[in-house]
Amino acid sequence: MTCSRKSRRDVLKAASAVALFPLPAIAQGRGPRVVVIGGGFAGATAARFLKRVDAKIDVTLVSDNATFIACPFSNHVVAGLRDMEAQRFGYGKVAADGVTLAFSAAQAVDTDKRSVRLADGKALPYDRLILAPGIDIDWKGLRGYDEKAAAVMPHAWKAGEQTLLLRRQLEAMEDGGKVVMSSPATLVRCPTAIYERASLIAYYLKTKKPRSKLLILDAKDTFSQRRNFQNAWKELYPTQLEWISLSQGGNVSSVEVSTRTFVTDFDNFDADVANVIPPQKAGAIAQAAGVADRTGWCPVEPISFESQLVPGIHVIGDAAMTGAMPKAAFAANAQAKVCAVAVAALLRGGKPAEPRLINTCYSFVAPDYGISFAEVFKPGNGMLVDVEGAGGSSATDAPPETRRLEAQYAEGWFKAIITEVFG
Amino acid sequence: MTARALINVPRKAKRGDVIEIKTLISHVMESGFRTGTNGKTIPRDIITSFACTYNGEEIFATQFYPAVAANPFVTFYTIATDNGTLAFTWIGDNGFEVTQEAKIVVE
Repeated sequence: MTCSRKSRRDVLKAASAVALFPLPAIAQGRGPRVVVIGGGFAGATAARFLKRVDAKIDVTLVSDNATFIACPFSNHVVAGLRDMEAQRFGYGKVAADGVTLAFSAAQAVDTDKRSVRLADGKALPYDRLILAPGIDIDWKGLRGYDEKAAAVMPHAWKAGEQTLLLRRQLEAMEDGGKVVMSSPATLVRCPTAIYERASLIAYYLKTKKPRSKLLILDAKDTFSQRRNFQNAWKELYPTQLEWISLSQGGNVSSVEVSTRTFVTDFDNFDADVANVIPPQKAGAIAQAAGVADRTGWCPVEPISFESQLVPGIHVIGDAAMTGAMPKAAFAANAQAKVCAVAVAALLRGGKPAEPRLINTCYSFVAPDYGISFAEVFKPGNGMLVDVEGAGGSSATDAPPETRRLEAQYAEGWFKAIITEVFG
Repeated sequence: MTARALINVPRKAKRGDVIEIKTLISHVMESGFRTGTNGKTIPRDIITSFACTYNGEEIFATQFYPAVAANPFVTFYTIATDNGTLAFTWIGDNGFEVTQEAKIVVE
């Protein structure tokens, strides 16, 4: 074996090239740093899985609050079927996995210096950043609906005080009152939950205030699991619940807060209790970091969930634009695992493998009546597409026993995902 | 086939006011270009024309073609001239015809 001077020079060149690149950081003698912003199903999962994949990675999880309030099952809270306490979870087990916690709002991202600035003034440098900020309400999306309006006509689409406000309004309403919900045409978090909420509110009315009515004003003509929902509504809530679709004039163009009125192109609907499901967009930090596009959501590569707009930043969960995959807790959890493995590979200088992702959504139409659908996704055409023939949904003619079992499975699903993310 | 049309005409207007009129009719608008599961072309079933008369005089008319989506929503403006009746007529394939009326009071 010969060792010419030329090859020695090449070795030196290669070494200096490594030093010029910020990555992989392992070469610099410390673990690579990953900052995860957002402590929900996506963010908390990603933080824990990063540590699991490679314990040397220095992971910091940034969350606005020290307590997480879960959206799945919050419709039960609205309908008085569940305590809010059952929705609250802490980050103790996340910290025990070696994740550093920062309870502060992320305010800005310096993509050149690769650093996150927090509301408390702290700066967090990163080698890779994972954004999982969830949704923000698009306060410009529906005429007449702003933050003040939400105190009168709650959205309850981010679990917390809004959830309890809607519950209190339902409790305070007299028997014979009218509840009106509106549903937008645009992308929302957990779209099936709109119809689950309508079902559980109808259940509340049927059992507690039987002379009352619920109206859904919908900007769409169809939705996931529509036949299952409509069959159940006909059977369980024939007088309580009415769905007005787009082609029946259901598109709400503005709201009038002082009278709790929904204005459509053809009519005005006054409500005693008004629940507006407003247009939504990716959480504020996504806009601040420049990873959201004109749609308000964040386009990502389907293999690593790296932003198509800003390199080094990955976006997962509700904020990400993922093609066929819905904005749901289980989807967020699945994306987080794929993203964590991909980020660990990229930090090692490797290449992420092509993933398959699963999502399952359970919905309740009554406390003992569950329905579900499951889907499998793979990368395709620069986004995630359905794997044909995989997945499925509850049969439209399933017997009551199956519905009862599915309600139990839904509770099992929630326990399992909570245990994995926070337990 | 019974189709439900939604019509929004102001109940009252001042003479000379520009008023907005909105209409929406439920209809599949099958383009005639799609193939069914049996391999055969699904026959065209669309609304082909829509017209509005104000006290018998035509004030708005339009034609529809296969690219128009289901449940056509049409909105237009006119001038409130007199008390009376606005009549809306949709005509389409397979003998489809629906006429609905709305009254307006002009002061």
